[in-house]
Amino acid sequence: MPPEAMSDDTRLICPTPIGQYAQIVMAHGGGGRLMQQLLERLIRPAFANPHLDQRHDSAVLDVGGKRLAFTTDGYVVKPLFFPGGDIGKLAVCGTLNDLAMSGAKPLFLSAALVIEEGFPVDDLGRVLASMNAAAQAAGTAIVTGDTKVVENGKGDGLYIATSGIGLIEHDLQIAPAGIREGDAILLSGDIGRHGVAIIAEREGLGFETAVESDCADLSGLVGQLLAAGVELHCLRDLTRGGLAATVLELARDAGFDMELNEGAIPVTPPVRGACEILGFDPLYVANEGRMVLFVPANAVDLALDVLHAHPLGRDASLIGRVGTAGAGRVALRNPYGIVRVLDLPSGEQLPRIC
Amino acid sequence: MKYRDEYRDAASVKALADAIARRQTRPWTLMEVCGGQTHSIVKHGLDRLLPPSLSLIHGPGCPVCVTPEAIIDQALELAARPDVIFCSFGDMLRVPGSQHDLLTVRARGGDVRMVYSPLDALNLVRENPERQVVFFAVGFETTAPTTAMAVLQAQRFGVRNFSLLVAHVRVPPAVETLLSAPDNRVDGLLAAGHVCAVMGYTEYEPIAARFRAPIVVTGFEPLDILRGVLSCVEQLEEGRAEVENRYGRAVTREGNRPAQALMNQVFEPVTLSWRGLDAIADSGLGLRPEFAEFDAVRRFELSAPRTASAGPCRSGDVLTGRLKPFECPAFGKACTPEHPLGATMVSSEGACAAYYRYRRDAA
Repeated sequence: MPPEAMSDDTRLICPTPIGQYAQIVMAHGGGGRLMQQLLERLIRPAFANPHLDQRHDSAVLDVGGKRLAFTTDGYVVKPLFFPGGDIGKLAVCGTLNDLAMSGAKPLFLSAALVIEEGFPVDDLGRVLASMNAAAQAAGTAIVTGDTKVVENGKGDGLYIATSGIGLIEHDLQIAPAGIREGDAILLSGDIGRHGVAIIAEREGLGFETAVESDCADLSGLVGQLLAAGVELHCLRDLTRGGLAATVLELARDAGFDMELNEGAIPVTPPVRGACEILGFDPLYVANEGRMVLFVPANAVDLALDVLHAHPLGRDASLIGRVGTAGAGRVALRNPYGIVRVLDLPSGEQLPRIC
Repeated sequence: MKYRDEYRDAASVKALADAIARRQTRPWTLMEVCGGQTHSIVKHGLDRLLPPSLSLIHGPGCPVCVTPEAIIDQALELAARPDVIFCSFGDMLRVPGSQHDLLTVRARGGDVRMVYSPLDALNLVRENPERQVVFFAVGFETTAPTTAMAVLQAQRFGVRNFSLLVAHVRVPPAVETLLSAPDNRVDGLLAAGHVCAVMGYTEYEPIAARFRAPIVVTGFEPLDILRGVLSCVEQLEEGRAEVENRYGRAVTREGNRPAQALMNQVFEPVTLSWRGLDAIADSGLGLRPEFAEFDAVRRFELSAPRTASAGPCRSGDVLTGRLKPFECPAFGKACTPEHPLGATMVSSEGACAAYYRYRRDAA
């Protein structure tokens, strides 16, 4: 029975539900629906402008006849050191990736450090070294910064905020608005490793096979795709809400329905095992070195060739298609041929990942 | 992945679904008791592989969903105390009491911690000797033994700053209540595999006989569930009403005897009002008098639980299989995972949450 058919049920006079949260709760930062609400209802309106309305990982700015990409990001990961990386590598790679998602060549980065009283200087040194290594590997540098210290108990050891600018040298519009009906959806590799690595380290869960974070800089790979002449319609790196949140966000922003093929999405056995034990769905688990690519159907072969030749794209696969213009519904086809809706997670599966 | 992939194999799932369709000659209504099974059925679309005249309805086996609002209110009261570290499984954090939820208490400064086991709470006890650590003990017979273990350890080490808010529940009394309802539509039951792994299934034998209903111990993977369904359909078609075990890799008839002994040592059956259902005799577990010192209600002299307010939430009808989640007028409108009106919308095992996540197109 459809709900309308019962709406005259007088037992069901609606009281006020538990209202909007009057305080910020952790789920507001979880990459799910509550976070979207916060962005749409409070944060975007507060700063409304056409650049912000591009709704992309980096804003594309016309400056003196050049196109620049500009982005910023904050990092509050716990633990600070984890298999496959640390907060420093994460902070630099995350900002490089946000620039890369516009197809920009990264130029310069900034870093702001908020350090808690009592934080070991040796650990800070390790983090800074790993930030510098990641920046240099991408052919860029941290050229400005800021340092603050807060009282003991007022921070989790170390928070980092990074910003970056990059130069756009192609003529494509790589953004949600570039997505077209019939586009193929590619995924650059297996999902869920960052989230599982973090939770395993934080909770001291000793899995038989250690899972390493996928934390990586994608700007080199994107540069190769552009150099090979792949017609990129949109790129988006997967972060907090996992593959599901990323695709749902793009479907909504681009105004297209999409379908994903669950069987084509690579998940390694250790990640699948950990997710089973913890009750997580890998589709919603965080990543830090994976992206989805939207390309026209005739560019799939070339794109996959370039991806497969790069260490960060070795396991890339075609995972779905863009359907017709619509409300941004994403359908997931399972191996039994059953199609179900994919939903945005409400809050977070893993608290405080990045 | 071992113990998973072979139970999700597409060809085997299809073959089993076909076998069920061939075996079935009359319409039947089966209830899967456990919320974990509901979640698996809705996520994998198993009900859509079955003949339309075979309906699966979703039972009350979600501990988060059935925890009474009055106990949630006690949890909120405890969690707001400045001297308390309140420990809970993650799912309970968003279940609304009469006013708000544990997440709100945490955002207002309450020390609310998410733990994976009561033994994690005991670690907090050691690390915070000056604070009172309270563990919110929810769950069926699956989680009760670990709670019992934590209580025994606390007693052995003479721990003074540990107590529990107990809301453990037992499956068999709830199943009996459902089957004895005058409007019961359930022909057969899929019993919850994990509960049976602890308890065995002798408790279900008199129930199957009394209500002439087959009860099949069933696992959680797609093939497990379809095997349970096939077994139930075979019995119904043949006019049998027996307890069968189709989760043999985890369940024996006697169950886990040491775990049962722990539970019995620490807990005794008590009457409990399930959220959405009425009071059911012996359906809850309470601390035995010799462990009363660990009862948080006593230790903090909590106010008596209020009676639950009658709201628009019809989770009672959902939990007894009278209503599909999308048939509730509040579903997806006034009631969503962000603003749940009832616990069935909160827990990842809750039927309403499963339908909201995977089946909003069904409405």
